[in-house]
Amino acid sequence: MMRFTHRARSSLPRAVALLTFVALAAAGVAQAQPQSGIVRPTTEPSTPSVALGAQLFAGNCASCHGIAGSGIKSPRPGAGDIPGAGPSLHNVGALAADFYLRTGYMPLGSIHSQPGPEQERVLFSENEVRSLIQYVASLGSGPAIPRPDPGSASLSDGQSLFLTHCAGCHQIEGRGGFVTGAEVPPLQNVPATRIAEAVRIGPYEMPRFSTRQISNTDLSSIVKYVLSTNRPDNRGGWSIGNLGPIPEGLVAWWIGAPLLIISCRMVGRRRRR
Amino acid sequence: MKPWQWLVALLTMLRRRARRPRGGGSGPDIASGATAPPSRERIVPAGAPDRRAENLVLVLLGTASLFALGFIVVYDQFSSGALPDQLLGICLGMCLLCIGGALTVVAKRLVVTEELEDDYPEADPEQQQEIVEMIHEGGSRFTRKRLLLGAGAATGGALGLAAMTPLVSIGPLWDTGPLDRTPWHRGLRVVDEHGAPMVAADVDMQTFYTGFPEGANMEDLGAPVVIIRLDPAKLELPAGREDWAPGGILAYSKICTHAGCAIGLYRNPLFPALEPNNALVCPCHYSTFDPYTGASVIYGPAGRPLPQLPLMIGTDGYLRASGNFSGRVGPAWWAVREQPT
Repeated sequence: MMRFTHRARSSLPRAVALLTFVALAAAGVAQAQPQSGIVRPTTEPSTPSVALGAQLFAGNCASCHGIAGSGIKSPRPGAGDIPGAGPSLHNVGALAADFYLRTGYMPLGSIHSQPGPEQERVLFSENEVRSLIQYVASLGSGPAIPRPDPGSASLSDGQSLFLTHCAGCHQIEGRGGFVTGAEVPPLQNVPATRIAEAVRIGPYEMPRFSTRQISNTDLSSIVKYVLSTNRPDNRGGWSIGNLGPIPEGLVAWWIGAPLLIISCRMVGRRRRR
Repeated sequence: MKPWQWLVALLTMLRRRARRPRGGGSGPDIASGATAPPSRERIVPAGAPDRRAENLVLVLLGTASLFALGFIVVYDQFSSGALPDQLLGICLGMCLLCIGGALTVVAKRLVVTEELEDDYPEADPEQQQEIVEMIHEGGSRFTRKRLLLGAGAATGGALGLAAMTPLVSIGPLWDTGPLDRTPWHRGLRVVDEHGAPMVAADVDMQTFYTGFPEGANMEDLGAPVVIIRLDPAKLELPAGREDWAPGGILAYSKICTHAGCAIGLYRNPLFPALEPNNALVCPCHYSTFDPYTGASVIYGPAGRPLPQLPLMIGTDGYLRASGNFSGRVGPAWWAVREQPT
């Protein structure tokens, strides 16, 4: 039984990407998805429950995360003979499940791909996501879903903290980038809760920041700053990608300087001898 | 007067000037220049009237005025928050651009120019000889000519040396010691960016910290260190550094050995079995250092490992340096590679 469910998104590029994805998925591109697709109980209850979560977990997650989330250290054939390996989910709590399922980073198409922007698609329904979160939370005593409060936080503190802890990889305006061996996702149009969760998890190659290093108050400030980058205040009128001094310098040198040279040549006159 | 009245006045004045009767001269012929008194010969040849260029100037100036007025309108509107401020810049910029264009057209197509060049006068051999003789005879009172000349040369040399002395401040010329000196020494506590001493037990795995020497200048190239904690069992530090990482806590210079950028990226895999291993990465050119093996270079343009700072944990639990760096801190200079201090 194959069924794909998606959350509706408003922007056109996303819609196009989504359509392409659906088309590819319908064409049965086995590499992009676990071969069996999302496995669901034939009669699915309409209210979220740990029991439903356990069933979904066993069908869709266990070939990498192990029986009851015990983890698989080295790759071994799982469902559909696809090699599976993944970290233990004991004590990761509702926080991690909420992050990975709602960003669409999980389930991962291949264990060798980065759970990141390229995997971004939500394959479970809201009911299923809630059930899985309840189930994963029941696997140990992990952290709950954080509740950042950007409303009462300080934007300037947030910028300063973001500069210290995050801007190295995510760039000053949160536009993302690269680190050797991994892709750094941009942070625009990400809900506040996802940002807070990522800081506490440290997905893929990202460092993990504990409350000792970034307090919950500081985290709210960081979230406020990241949300502010959705609509940055472009004083000059042209954002140039909000990437900072390098594109700005390129514009100055490759557009400004030639314009100046051309106008110098137009205004002046070459002296003939 | 209102701005539009000024504009009308300007245009009327320009129209009247254009209507004024002018001379019959239409060619570049000097003799036919009618506006100049006939008794005097013209210096600048009379150019042909160019009404099209004049019209262009008028259009450009008119457009410039419109943009200037647009600036006023935008400014008025912007105060009430109705229009974006970029329009102000566009108005002012376009106004100046049009004025510049008008001036360029005036200079290049309307003003007739004439270049005047005088020939350099020919040399007079007799005069030259006279000057040579004057110089020769003017030195008749000197008795110790050579000594005086030498004294002059010595003074000039001394003054030249004095002028060059400040160059020494640019960099160490003989004494390269400052390049090896850092604020770190045995027993110095590691503090965070706010100056609070770091407690060894508080250093978490999976994350990274920036540390500084207590009481030293944070801006010093040798001051900042990246602090991380790794599994002590997996460390493969170079020989002789066995006790440099108490409890797996490591400190490396935060200054990249390639171009001196700050190591701001720390790669920390969530699931090490499948994901790229821990690394310190420089954001400028992606030099990548392996913290398990003494920050050896695994990728990128850096030529040598990050210098490691030996650490110890004091009896009070604070993180302290137990010596100085393993190598020179800072970017590559004079092709320094792998050179121990």
